[in-house]
Amino acid sequence: MKKKYSITSIIKNSLSNNENWGKMWRNPNPKKHYDIIIVGGGGHGLGTAYYLAKHHGIKNIAVIEKGWLGSGNTGRNTTIIRSNYLWDESAYLYDHAVKLWENLSEDLNYNMMFSQRGVLNLAHNEHDIKEIKRRVSANRLNGLDTMWLDKNEVKDLVPIMNIENLRYPVLGAAYQPRGGVARHDAVAWGYAMRADELGVDIIQNCEVKGIKTDNYKVEGVETTKGFIKSSKIGVVASGHTSVLAATAGVRLPLQSRPLQALVSEPIKPVINTVVMSNAVHAYVSQSDKGELVIGAGTDGYNSFTQRGGYDVIEETVRAIVELYPIFGKMKMLRQWGGIVDICPDASPIISKCDVEGLYFNCGWGTGGFKATPGSANVFAHTIAKDEPHKINAPFALSRFSDGRLIDEHGAAAVAH
Amino acid sequence: MILIKCPYCGERDQSEFANGGEAHVVRPKNPENLSDKDWGEYVFFRNNPKGIFYERWVHSHGCKKWFNVVRNTSTDQILKVYKVNEKRPDLTDFENTLKSPSGEPIVGSGNFAVKK
Repeated sequence: MKKKYSITSIIKNSLSNNENWGKMWRNPNPKKHYDIIIVGGGGHGLGTAYYLAKHHGIKNIAVIEKGWLGSGNTGRNTTIIRSNYLWDESAYLYDHAVKLWENLSEDLNYNMMFSQRGVLNLAHNEHDIKEIKRRVSANRLNGLDTMWLDKNEVKDLVPIMNIENLRYPVLGAAYQPRGGVARHDAVAWGYAMRADELGVDIIQNCEVKGIKTDNYKVEGVETTKGFIKSSKIGVVASGHTSVLAATAGVRLPLQSRPLQALVSEPIKPVINTVVMSNAVHAYVSQSDKGELVIGAGTDGYNSFTQRGGYDVIEETVRAIVELYPIFGKMKMLRQWGGIVDICPDASPIISKCDVEGLYFNCGWGTGGFKATPGSANVFAHTIAKDEPHKINAPFALSRFSDGRLIDEHGAAAVAH
Repeated sequence: MILIKCPYCGERDQSEFANGGEAHVVRPKNPENLSDKDWGEYVFFRNNPKGIFYERWVHSHGCKKWFNVVRNTSTDQILKVYKVNEKRPDLTDFENTLKSPSGEPIVGSGNFAVKK
């Protein structure tokens, strides 16, 4: 039954003490066979299942998730959305996502709390200015709404920022007003609910132990709930993608590292946009609850422990306190880490591979959340048609042998 | 935060060191015969196991010397530190604590989502 959320349903349910909302999706036992299996129940995976069912009319789909939905990086990121990437290929991909974000709440009838509060990328030295201005120009040629702001305009936008009395003064910034934040849990839940309505089986607490192949063709997946047969498998497992790929004999150019984030105690609104700085590595926004959401960097070595090193937080917090002296005495409430899969050129891989029926959507590194709807949308196309959509064609695995890399180290913000 | 025992200086905090990625990657012996795919493999593809990993570290804020480490990437436990001219230890010398390729170790991970 289609669940509709509206003002009347909220009033109706409040009369029964909100106890009759019901489950948002079923909890089925896996069938023996599916047309398509998606490994990974985060936003990208659930979105892929949703678009496969909705746009490509395939109903016999399973999404298999090791933990609970959104328990990986979907629920661990700092929820920032933007599309101000340098190269044409990236601009098309990320802006495809932003355009979908703009209508996602309506499309899924589920509130994404998508708030286009704008994103600032600060420049702290002459090189930053040149690099950022180049990126602004490239963005504008691609029809994006990025603009250059001088330091006084930055100060007007974020009055609490210390722009002059610090080691790396703020000299200006790129600003994308269409950027912003969204509620990351809502993305997973919204896609899950609507995919479930279209007949997709969402199987949680079921770990995929390996991908079975025969003569370069996929046969199915071995899971903790038994073997499940399928001729098409899409792997969207973030930091664990290369581990799963190895079980099918596929090597990917990925390295898995912990990426950390932290939130402060909630305070009254002081910052109404997202501010990021590559040079000093400060990355902050304020959630609707009032907490500061701070993105730290990645650890300098491969690891699958979802914690991260303390020195990485220290570096970020140091820069934030200098940039915003007002935050000097704030307390941090929580810190966590997620395992991100980093690609050599800081761009994702959305591609087929040498094994027939095996598809990968990985390598998002430190910035996959912003692309969730766009990535899911083109990945669904890639799986359904067995050929890439024109937006994700440049993001093929073959770029690591033909040399057509999409180098986004500058725009990826968190150092790769 | 982990402690690394530099073979020259002793045990120091990891922040004194820089990681050099996978160890024992050998430059192809016959570069003129390599295809683009083989070159791509050598330049961009590195092992990324969850579990036992051979890697290089340099004591960049210390003696500045390179050495090799065997580390379990699922727990960050360092299993062996050895100098670059020493023989690569055998994989069978170490016990992999993981029950499945993507599974969780008993200690060290932040995620215990899989019900046993």
